[in-house]
Amino acid sequence: MTAYIIRRLLLLPALLFGVTVIIFGLLQFLSPVERSALYVREIPHTEGAVEGIIKRYGLDQPIYVQYWHWLVGRIDPVTGKRVGGILRGDLGYSRVGSQPVASLIAQRFPATAELALWAVVPIIGVGIWLGVQSAVRHNRFFDQVARVFSIIGWSFPTFVFGLLVLMIFYAKLKWFPPGRISDWASAVINSGQFHQYTHLYTIDALLNLRFDIFWDALKHLILPVLTLSYLNWALLLRVTRSSMLEVLGQDYIRTARAKGLPERLVINRHARPNALIPVVTLAGLMVAGLLGGVVITETVFNYPGIGSAAAQAAIQLDVITVLGFALFNGTILILANLIVDILYAVIDPRVRLE
Amino acid sequence: MKERLSQGSEFPPLRKIGWLERLVGPDNYRALRALVTTPAAIAGLVLLAIFALVAIAAPLIAPPANLRDPYRIPRDGFSPDPRPMGSEWKHNPPPLPFWWRFVMKTDRWVHILGTASGQWDIFYGVIWGTRTAFRVGITITLATLIIGVLVGSISAYYGGIIDNILMRIVDIFLTLPFLMAALILATILVPRFGKSIYPAVIALIGFGWMGYSRLIRGDILSIKEREFVLAARAVGARDYRILFRHIVPNAIFPTLVVASMDIGSYVLSFAALAFLGIGVEIGYADWGQLLSFARNWITSLADYWYIVVWPGLALVLFVLAWNLVGDALRDALDPRMRTIRR
Repeated sequence: MTAYIIRRLLLLPALLFGVTVIIFGLLQFLSPVERSALYVREIPHTEGAVEGIIKRYGLDQPIYVQYWHWLVGRIDPVTGKRVGGILRGDLGYSRVGSQPVASLIAQRFPATAELALWAVVPIIGVGIWLGVQSAVRHNRFFDQVARVFSIIGWSFPTFVFGLLVLMIFYAKLKWFPPGRISDWASAVINSGQFHQYTHLYTIDALLNLRFDIFWDALKHLILPVLTLSYLNWALLLRVTRSSMLEVLGQDYIRTARAKGLPERLVINRHARPNALIPVVTLAGLMVAGLLGGVVITETVFNYPGIGSAAAQAAIQLDVITVLGFALFNGTILILANLIVDILYAVIDPRVRLE
Repeated sequence: MKERLSQGSEFPPLRKIGWLERLVGPDNYRALRALVTTPAAIAGLVLLAIFALVAIAAPLIAPPANLRDPYRIPRDGFSPDPRPMGSEWKHNPPPLPFWWRFVMKTDRWVHILGTASGQWDIFYGVIWGTRTAFRVGITITLATLIIGVLVGSISAYYGGIIDNILMRIVDIFLTLPFLMAALILATILVPRFGKSIYPAVIALIGFGWMGYSRLIRGDILSIKEREFVLAARAVGARDYRILFRHIVPNAIFPTLVVASMDIGSYVLSFAALAFLGIGVEIGYADWGQLLSFARNWITSLADYWYIVVWPGLALVLFVLAWNLVGDALRDALDPRMRTIRR
């Protein structure tokens, strides 16, 4: 297994290289002036300023030189300091956020992480439960309903679903508002009294023993979590169900039944663990997707996370910012893939032996 | 024939083989037959037929105000407040459709499904949005299919270092999540193409082809070892002839099926980009954009529900129809439903 994990780890730099290549490739669609946002906040409106910036930051140099500078930064010939360089955490300057892209990501990430934290348990728990039950009751009423739900859920765009639940639960019933936190709670959080340990409002509120704020933050999370859930349930249900059906047809399940095991044990001990192996991949990618920011759901609910920031930047054509988010997103995806592959080796001996 | 079976013969029972089965092969024929025998697939096909009729007859159902730019939704004034279903056209109404006089016995043309903020007529947008959906879906699918098949078949046929390079390029394109990648490319393309459907369409094409090249590559790898390829080579056929006349036609069917069933999901992605406000100019007949109008009125959506419900219904039914058909096909092609693609 160690050899497998090492092999997998060796692949990591190659994958990360792949992400940087595609992001840098997309950058090349921009003019040198637009690309200067990687290094400077704005170009002064004076004669020759543009040419000066291009020369100063080497935006007219061969592409591999520029790629290298983009990776590790470039010594500014005027100040003698190293500027830029994504490996140093400098992703350029965000026109939309009026701050460096990296600090914009850091500022927005807690909101996205909080949403992911609350979404992950219901999505994976309920999704897998639905799939297992659906397979165990193959072709019975539960299964039929679950399959209908799966295909309709799969066809339902998140933004339509999001607008519908906003219409019902916000505009009509006034139960769950959009956004992340109410104004009064936001005032409390930003006052000196409230200590922000994690920047996840629900957890901070509990640590500060402010249950009213906890409830307020939770109320803002319910609709986005619901929206993320139905789509992922539809997907998990399909995959778990078909995998479970396949396992239930195996000989060792018949053996388990033949030796007189109660059906509950056959399902829980023999069938389910084996059926969940392919589900691990999907669940891992879902978590990565949640952490990378869910562009549409966050936009519909006006939730100030990574995804809605990326969408805002895209609308205002701030490509440098969007590319910074994409780099972050792609890196998370690669790391999640790595973790999933290693988990695979832990839970499935067949992978180790290959 | 029964006798032969009961004697344990290894031959399957004889049956008549139609021309279609001869043309596409037994496995693919089974998939095609599933289309007309599975109830869900039939429902999907009926829905698609209705959508296609609406798209074709759009100029009759909702005659355009400006014949030169029919995809532009006509607007009735500029007021930001949406108006309810059935309210009257006040400013420059488009020509009255013939069926309205026939059904309603009146010459008063109304906003059948109300107006969105900015007085864009929702009925017109939903009807012409059907055309946009088909245009966008078919364009993207055809283009991604061509790129995917070219890359995948060349990669599989030549193998070795070419295969390695092309497949690594595919891997690189797959490192970014689909919607995120399309979002970036569309953002880059908007200043270059102006606000139109092209930035979003090109962006979805640019990051949509990789699945097909992997799929067809797998099929070609097995087909290129078959005798008829050797025969073609033996008579001295050139590479491109062997590849595109002998191999690809024999390998393309599963890829073709998967691709054609992706039309629904491409339309969904396109609508998502339009909903975010990337691509189409304001007032272009597109379901995603109509839905984005609702975002101006989140607090009063209970009163203005028709802005969400009608375009939303059209989009959901359209995607659902493709998924119903696609599910039946996939079940028939691969009983274990292993392939999952978003």
